[in-house]
Amino acid sequence: MNDTLNLKPGQVKGDTGIWEMVIGLEIHAQISSKSKLFSGASASFGSDANSSVSLVDAAMPGMLPVINKFCVEQAVKTGLALNAQINNTSVFDRKNYFYADLPQGYQISQFTKPIVGEGEIVIDLDDGNQTTIGIERLHLEQDAGKSLHDQHPTKSFIDLNRTGVALMEIVSKPDIRSPQEAGAYVKKIRSILRYIGACDGNMEEGSLRADCNVSVRKQGDAFGTRCEIKNLNSIRFIIQAIQSEAERQVDIIEAGGKIKQETRLFDTSTGETRSMRSKEDAHDYRYFPDPDLLPLEFSDSWVKEIKGTLPELPDTLKKRLVNDYGITDYDASILVEEKDFVDFYLEAANGVDGKLTANWMITELFGALKKENIMFLNSPVTPQKLGELIALISKGVISGKIAKDVFSDMMVTKKSPSEIVKEKGLEQVSDDKAIMKLIDKVISENQDKVKDYLGGKDKLLGFFVGQVMKLSQGKANPGLVNKLLKESLK
Amino acid sequence: MSDLLNLDLSSAQKSLKNREISSVELTKAYLDAIEKTSSLGAYIDLQKDYALEMAKNSDKKINQGVAGPLEGIPIGVKDMFCTKDIKTTASSKILENFYPTYESTVTQNLWNDGAVMLGKLSCDEFAMGSSNETAAKGNVINPWSKTIPMSPGGSSGGSAAAVASRSALAATGTDTGGSIRQPAAFCGITGLKPTYGRCSRWGIVAFSSSLDQAGPLTRTVSDAAIMLNSMAGYDNKDSTSANLEMPDLTSYLDKSIKGKKIGIPKEYTQDGISEDIVSFYETSIQFLKDSGAEIIPVSLPHTKYALPVYYIIAPAEASSNLARYDGVRYGTRKEAESLDDMYELTRGEGFGDEVQRRIMIGTYVLSSGYYDAYYLKAQKVRRLIKEDFDNTFENVDFLLTPSTPSTAFELGQKQDPLTMYLNDIFTVPASLAGLPGISIPVGLDKAGLPVGIQLIANSFDEPNLISVAHTLEKSANFNVIAQGAAK
Repeated sequence: MNDTLNLKPGQVKGDTGIWEMVIGLEIHAQISSKSKLFSGASASFGSDANSSVSLVDAAMPGMLPVINKFCVEQAVKTGLALNAQINNTSVFDRKNYFYADLPQGYQISQFTKPIVGEGEIVIDLDDGNQTTIGIERLHLEQDAGKSLHDQHPTKSFIDLNRTGVALMEIVSKPDIRSPQEAGAYVKKIRSILRYIGACDGNMEEGSLRADCNVSVRKQGDAFGTRCEIKNLNSIRFIIQAIQSEAERQVDIIEAGGKIKQETRLFDTSTGETRSMRSKEDAHDYRYFPDPDLLPLEFSDSWVKEIKGTLPELPDTLKKRLVNDYGITDYDASILVEEKDFVDFYLEAANGVDGKLTANWMITELFGALKKENIMFLNSPVTPQKLGELIALISKGVISGKIAKDVFSDMMVTKKSPSEIVKEKGLEQVSDDKAIMKLIDKVISENQDKVKDYLGGKDKLLGFFVGQVMKLSQGKANPGLVNKLLKESLK
Repeated sequence: MSDLLNLDLSSAQKSLKNREISSVELTKAYLDAIEKTSSLGAYIDLQKDYALEMAKNSDKKINQGVAGPLEGIPIGVKDMFCTKDIKTTASSKILENFYPTYESTVTQNLWNDGAVMLGKLSCDEFAMGSSNETAAKGNVINPWSKTIPMSPGGSSGGSAAAVASRSALAATGTDTGGSIRQPAAFCGITGLKPTYGRCSRWGIVAFSSSLDQAGPLTRTVSDAAIMLNSMAGYDNKDSTSANLEMPDLTSYLDKSIKGKKIGIPKEYTQDGISEDIVSFYETSIQFLKDSGAEIIPVSLPHTKYALPVYYIIAPAEASSNLARYDGVRYGTRKEAESLDDMYELTRGEGFGDEVQRRIMIGTYVLSSGYYDAYYLKAQKVRRLIKEDFDNTFENVDFLLTPSTPSTAFELGQKQDPLTMYLNDIFTVPASLAGLPGISIPVGLDKAGLPVGIQLIANSFDEPNLISVAHTLEKSANFNVIAQGAAK
């Protein structure tokens, strides 16, 4: 049991020793495009079944696909953000199989010549370390429709709204070694996609989902036989599914069995994976170049043009936050996780103390939003107002303590901090004479404690500070109170 | 009436324009002709009322002086073209009750230019065949048949028979490996397959996407030029459509071919081709020589691989293109307990033997383990065939070949698919290279059946192809009317 507790993430303890996980991920990211990859039909969700279906999507006779340029741009953008090779010539292939929600009888995808080749990204681990994960490729493909099996006792219904929606499949190298790394990898990809606007990254709605390839081996051994867990739509499930799948594989191998290469599904109710289809049942997809589409070709200058539109990405932003704003690595990684966070931060910290802004944003703002269950983008406190609050603290207009009250007020009333401070008369008292008056009062009322203090109980200074602050209703400048108290109590 | 049927498209065009005849008269003449020739089985869907309505509308336009180039010209449409609200079956049981909600680009172009739609014409099922015998609704009979019913060729057999029997002034066809040129040759008419990309494929039931191309079947070269003028054009709905202007083809009809170089490929005269065809081929060479062309023997060494390459690539693409006919969304469905059973029953009953054979061949050549040996190899050889043509066209302007190795054969005579496939031997190479080809009638063989000669030009050189074809047409002066034609 103790051994298990000492295991590093990604290690599985078996009877024969410690096993290591080898993980590769295929992320399917739905491109944020108004229309589908090869048809003009709307790609938005939530509409009535079969209401966003063009003749092309329904695969009517004689219909032909025409590539959506916006989607190609997004794939190139993503490739650039993943530091990957951009292939100026790529080819669309047909992946042939029969299914009721696949009208053409084939999916248009890219098999041998994808639009984006090898790249790499750096991921942040919980222990503060970083590691690099290789990207094998990124290709464009169509999504399939949806089969509904629960609408009728004997029939299946088909909804083609999703048919033909543009997906990017981002394939990692088998560089991932723990479920946690897999989680961090997905988080990072998701973050990059959201920064560049190529995908909204919404996992609940299925705009981002992952297939996980998992195998186990003893460290230093060759790769084991892998199983693919299909269609995971949350980071929590990805972590759970990989862990349980690795443990299952170790159990089988140690019991003298062999891993069968197969496709598996993760059962969220049991937390385990189960077989979906074996390799023998695997389709022969009969890939071949789609003769309806010419090879996809673009120029270096076009790629350069797109490169020019890329926003600052999380890694460089993080460095900039640490170097220019003096905030900690940890805070910086929290802020760059979401583009919305960092945009907020940069606006709030404009012209004020960056470190204080980061503290306030991460502790107070995130805390309050979480408590009130408010989405970040709907925050009642705007970046400009948070910056104003920070300025009030830095200038000594209000104390940090008063600031917390003002902040709570801002959350409710959406008023500006200056307005609240003015209305409620919360300006900090930094006038020596006014403070001395309060000190005199506290000293005269607490003669016994003064005696103790002078007798050596230094800790009582805090008590006096507290009393003076209380008397000032928190408005006295705490630094000044401290200083003047010390002088008065000599 | 016969006077009206005697007018070819160019003449009818003039008579309509000068208001010597009306489109309603002309259309009625053709509707009568269709009735008289109905035993040929060329039409599978007649649009009598619609045709008259269109004709009336054309007459109005002519009177208003806003006539299009094809205003009032009654034509037939091969059933591979999707026609809005008009049944489109591709001659297959699997689409027996399919009514498209859209109009193919090519037919839309024709209607925009004023053509009148007589009806839909039979073809081989999904355009797969060389005899029109694979049509779900049965054979079409060649109007040149005497006592024994002969094949009109295929797959555009209905189109060729309709034009040859004077039950359409012109017709649309599609050509994947010879499906316009071979039936045109068998029926003694002109059939033009344009360069791949010249006509939009949008709305044409797909057989083999990298080869399919629409084109006209007409009485004369001039008629073909007029028809293609309207059919061709860039279409942004077809990614393989060529964004190239095509000049008015009729302005090339009377251009001299003096000094033009005509290549005579030695590979097209070797296999057991009929003596009559050889002799007409030689005459045709002489005609062109007499018209001032230079005759140059050439070689296209990879020609012998064209047929096997074609019968790998076309079925491969077809196996994928026809996957959509699955009984789920439209067309025939045979109910069953499971999805797989439904597919099997629907496709097993919906597709005829030849279509099933090609789907199986196509699935086989694309399957893992065989892909490299068949499909990939075929693609490589296809490139070599294209290079043969490219090299040859550096030295010559056109190639002259027979259109077919034999004239029309008896229906039911060629039971063996391989023998049937050999029919495409002279038309397939240009298809694989995407080149324009035209078959024109030059005479009758000893059995009284038409002989077709093919001219092939370089990519997008339809204008000059029209010049040379018209020159040969004039020299050959083929003016016999099929005995099965309406009088």
